[in-house]
Amino acid sequence: MLLTLLFVSLLVFVVVRVLPGDPALIMLGIEASPDAVARLRESLGLNRPVPVQYVEWIGRAAFGDLGRSIQYDVPVAGLIVSRLAVTLPLTLMAAALMVAAAIPLGIYAATRHRRWGDYAAMTLSQFGISVPGFWAGLLLILLFSVKLGWFRSGGFDGWGQGAGSALKSLLLPAVALGLFQFAVLARTTRSALLEVLREEYVKTARAKGVAERSVIFRHALKNAMIPILTVAGVQLGQLMAGSIILESVFYLPGLGRLALGAIGARDLPVVQGVVLFVASGIVTINAAVDVLYGVLDPRIRYE
Amino acid sequence: MNRAIRRALRHVTFAVGFAITALLLLTAALSLSYTPRDPLEMSMEARLQGPSEAHLLGTDQFGRDLLSRIMVGAVTAILVGVIAVGIGVGLGVFLGMLSGYFGGWLDEVFMRLMDAVQGFPAILSALLIASVFKPGLAITMIAIGVSFLPIFARLTRAAFLELRDREFVMAARALGAGDAAVIGRHILPNTLAPLIVQASISFPVAILAEAALSYLGLGTQPPNPSWGLMLREAQAFLGMSPWFAVFPGTAIALTVLGLNLLGDGLRDLLDPKMMS
Repeated sequence: MLLTLLFVSLLVFVVVRVLPGDPALIMLGIEASPDAVARLRESLGLNRPVPVQYVEWIGRAAFGDLGRSIQYDVPVAGLIVSRLAVTLPLTLMAAALMVAAAIPLGIYAATRHRRWGDYAAMTLSQFGISVPGFWAGLLLILLFSVKLGWFRSGGFDGWGQGAGSALKSLLLPAVALGLFQFAVLARTTRSALLEVLREEYVKTARAKGVAERSVIFRHALKNAMIPILTVAGVQLGQLMAGSIILESVFYLPGLGRLALGAIGARDLPVVQGVVLFVASGIVTINAAVDVLYGVLDPRIRYE
Repeated sequence: MNRAIRRALRHVTFAVGFAITALLLLTAALSLSYTPRDPLEMSMEARLQGPSEAHLLGTDQFGRDLLSRIMVGAVTAILVGVIAVGIGVGLGVFLGMLSGYFGGWLDEVFMRLMDAVQGFPAILSALLIASVFKPGLAITMIAIGVSFLPIFARLTRAAFLELRDREFVMAARALGAGDAAVIGRHILPNTLAPLIVQASISFPVAILAEAALSYLGLGTQPPNPSWGLMLREAQAFLGMSPWFAVFPGTAIALTVLGLNLLGDGLRDLLDPKMMS
């Protein structure tokens, strides 16, 4: 886990600080005066050996100091925390919608294996994995704000205006964000449940005369939940990354728009900080899912 | 061989996927020599039109023909898909091979590195690379390709772990085959089926990612046509000209649908055990 996080930071560092040659020149542009470049190099510590720079950078980052934004002249960590107020609820809302829709649909399809209900559910999920989330977002805007006028086409007033209006402006983006992962999870649920339904103990339960409802929900689903939860956990990280795209569609001031804006302004510390933060988050979630997998399934043990 | 083809075409999922994919390839090939209009030709009088006889799918904000631009966009999509999957397969198989065959600390380090790379979905790598290099097609391909690395490395590693102590491999080694020969001639050919299936799954994912990155402005740059970039431009005119946003998106969804069906069908046909 620690080694993995170290690799994450090394990848970010190498791309931003080492590959381009001189980051100071990138931030200021080639027209910048040599004096200004030299001053920026000095203040960022770019004139010291690269390994020293890395150790210093990662040492500070470990304690939450991600440097200062060039554009806003405030600490990057503070910027990230403030933008999380949009990205995190959006991610969690999409995850909640995804789970609430996908698991029942998957169960429905599995219990009607190779019948019309199954085919209909799988066709629906096939469309879910084919439609790009950002296009789904555009279509939702087209339908619900341009045609029907029920929602705004984007923007976010913050949590100060009351949770209701904030959640309302996150609803369409959350639906568009969760669509793809919903389809994946529905398919996972279906195949995990089908797998378990073939097991001997399920046959035994049925032979004993246990009601079909109880066979599915009390006997089969419990074991099928292990792969389902694993996939859902990994999807949480994917949703967080995907929110970067949906924030752009709906003009939401989250981490993604922060990073995209920083690219335009050549604000390297901000891009570096946001990417390091999100990538570490995804890696941590994945590691937690691995551990959870072992806890849920006693047959799996790690040396 | 004939029987295999007949069996494949009777498989509905595969046949539908194959038909859509063939249509995509034909469209892309055709666009290299013929499009109804010049995809870059602007016309101020014909801005933001809906479908008509002159422009079957309407026009964009500069009066450019959408059908022609969508046709040329197919080339971009295929190109990015092929190269990104190629990067993922090439590097992934190489790392997975070394990891699975040699094991030990090398395996441990490579697998932790793959865990780390998994923290970088295409969008994050693209953001990172675009902050220091000029956004464009190359960034898109690299970012998407890198995001495929872990899955191909893990698949190859798992296959190598399973095969490296089998009798036929030991026999080859006993007969004096070196590491390179054992890997290249005896183990690698036996790992192909899962890799082909995974590549077919990754291809549509790459096309979706390319569209998303161009939409964000990190991929293909104007005036070159890319489906994602067209949607980025369409968003500003959503109220005035909804068709502009509908057609490029449909092209992406249809392409990805076809490739997904093809991949599902391929998986069923190559490995009947995985049928569900």
